[in-house]
Amino acid sequence: MLNFRSPETTPLVRLNNAGVRRNGRWLVRGVEFSISPGEIVTLIGPNGSGKSTTAKTAIGVLKADEGYVERKPGLKVGYVPQKLSVDWTLPLTVERLMTLTGPLKGREIEEALSATGVLHLAKAEVQHLSGGEFQRALLARAIARKPDLLVLDEPVQGVDFSGEIALYELIKQIRNRTGCGILLISHDLHIVMAETDTVVCLNGHVCCTGTPQAVSQSPEYQKLFGRRAASTLAVYSHNHDHTHLPDGRVLHADGSITEHCYPGDGHHHDEDDNVHDHGDDCGCGHHSRLHGFELKEKRDA
Amino acid sequence: MLDDFFVRALIAGIGIAVMAGPLGCFVIWRRMAYFGDTMAHSALLGVALSLLLDLNLMVAVFIVAAAVSILLLFLQRRGALSTDALLGILSHSALSIGLVIVAFMTWVRIDLVGFLFGDILAVSESDIDIIWGGGILVIFAIVYLWRPLLASTVNPELAEAEGMKPERARLFFMLLMALVIAIAMKIVGILLITSLLIIPAATARRFATSPEIMAVLASVIGALAVTGGLFGSLHWDTPSGPSIVVAALALFVLSLLPIGRRRLETASHSTPGGHH
Repeated sequence: MLNFRSPETTPLVRLNNAGVRRNGRWLVRGVEFSISPGEIVTLIGPNGSGKSTTAKTAIGVLKADEGYVERKPGLKVGYVPQKLSVDWTLPLTVERLMTLTGPLKGREIEEALSATGVLHLAKAEVQHLSGGEFQRALLARAIARKPDLLVLDEPVQGVDFSGEIALYELIKQIRNRTGCGILLISHDLHIVMAETDTVVCLNGHVCCTGTPQAVSQSPEYQKLFGRRAASTLAVYSHNHDHTHLPDGRVLHADGSITEHCYPGDGHHHDEDDNVHDHGDDCGCGHHSRLHGFELKEKRDA
Repeated sequence: MLDDFFVRALIAGIGIAVMAGPLGCFVIWRRMAYFGDTMAHSALLGVALSLLLDLNLMVAVFIVAAAVSILLLFLQRRGALSTDALLGILSHSALSIGLVIVAFMTWVRIDLVGFLFGDILAVSESDIDIIWGGGILVIFAIVYLWRPLLASTVNPELAEAEGMKPERARLFFMLLMALVIAIAMKIVGILLITSLLIIPAATARRFATSPEIMAVLASVIGALAVTGGLFGSLHWDTPSGPSIVVAALALFVLSLLPIGRRRLETASHSTPGGHH
């Protein structure tokens, strides 16, 4: 609220120290970021780190129990949830799925379906689609309603590698054509879409925020992924004082393992010490404190 | 053969089938069959209270069924027990409390079998007015709520994210269920109402290509089952509720026969020449 910018850059959504609590446990706390029109924000973090919770809080499906969320009045959201299973008893074709939450013209449906490459499946029942086809159909549904903000919860799940590249290219095109803001949740801890403006790394709280490094700048990655992928994917390098284990637990610098890494759980350094150690490309200016950090660590040991 | 009471039962039964069709579709899409059963069983508590407090029967049943569904929502939020355990507790305790209250009221004579399994003789002309008046109300409400109900059936979070109110749709849906149970109780009976919701809808699934077609088909199939069941009930002197359910089951079994299946399956797939 304090650093209100000019009207054209008024964010679509802004989370201010938002936290969500369920059954006496904080799912996420202290989340701060905003999404402006035309901006792509990617949330990364291990399973159970609160990525989906954060996205749902941003669009108002969940209420923040702490902090607050500002949304542009009349914000139109297009949402692709992480899990969506349609009961086989429900006869639902791809075409009918398109108008699930609002009416659309036949031309709008066709445009969206051909943009995601599933126009030939318009008459197919959604239960008969493969994972990748269904994701494309869901994406088509979300963009057909011409949203201000597109929220995609792991949109490339169940899609093979070349399909993933194609989907990311499509998302980029959608952003460039419509100028909508995009909140993307990535299933990968390190690889994000190259067009991402801001990466927010979550694990119960915001671990760090930064910009990704294009894969095309790194010859090794370029070799690994191929030339086409290199222009679409980017690497986000982390360097925290704690490591996210694959199962969502956290290995701290002091060698202990905890379920989460909340500030003030005793495994972190004092809050005013600037809890995290960031990569060089993080851009938040915290790493100047790196030195004092290490000294303290030795003292702890 | 077409006695007056029979025509009344037929008109009433078809009215019930028409409104049960679309509601029944939502019951199976949302996997709420046991939930519907619980609400229906609580109707007997409504019957007992209506006798005890001298209230209108349908009003009492509607209030109790609605109260039980709201109580269930509240208990689900607290999350202490799983939903099916809660349903089991509510369903049978409401039924049992109703039976116990009825047993205590030695001064009233009550046809328990008629309430549990339906009684075609019980339909009066004012019942028909209520059934068709209520039926038209239910159909209008379903049409009005169709999009939010369907969207939140597919995914409540998606519906909410895109500006709908799935909780409100769910509440209205439960009130409509309570209304149908209150209205349908006399014909189909408390223990069998859910089958009139579920079996025609399940039968319609085979032939439906969209949710809307399935809802209309379920109404038509339900009306056929009611007609067949009531004729059977008259002919063999069987209780009306079970007869209707048996007729619905017969239609369901017929729908399982492989006639026309090949055509439906090829229609639901894309044409083989479509790929490049």
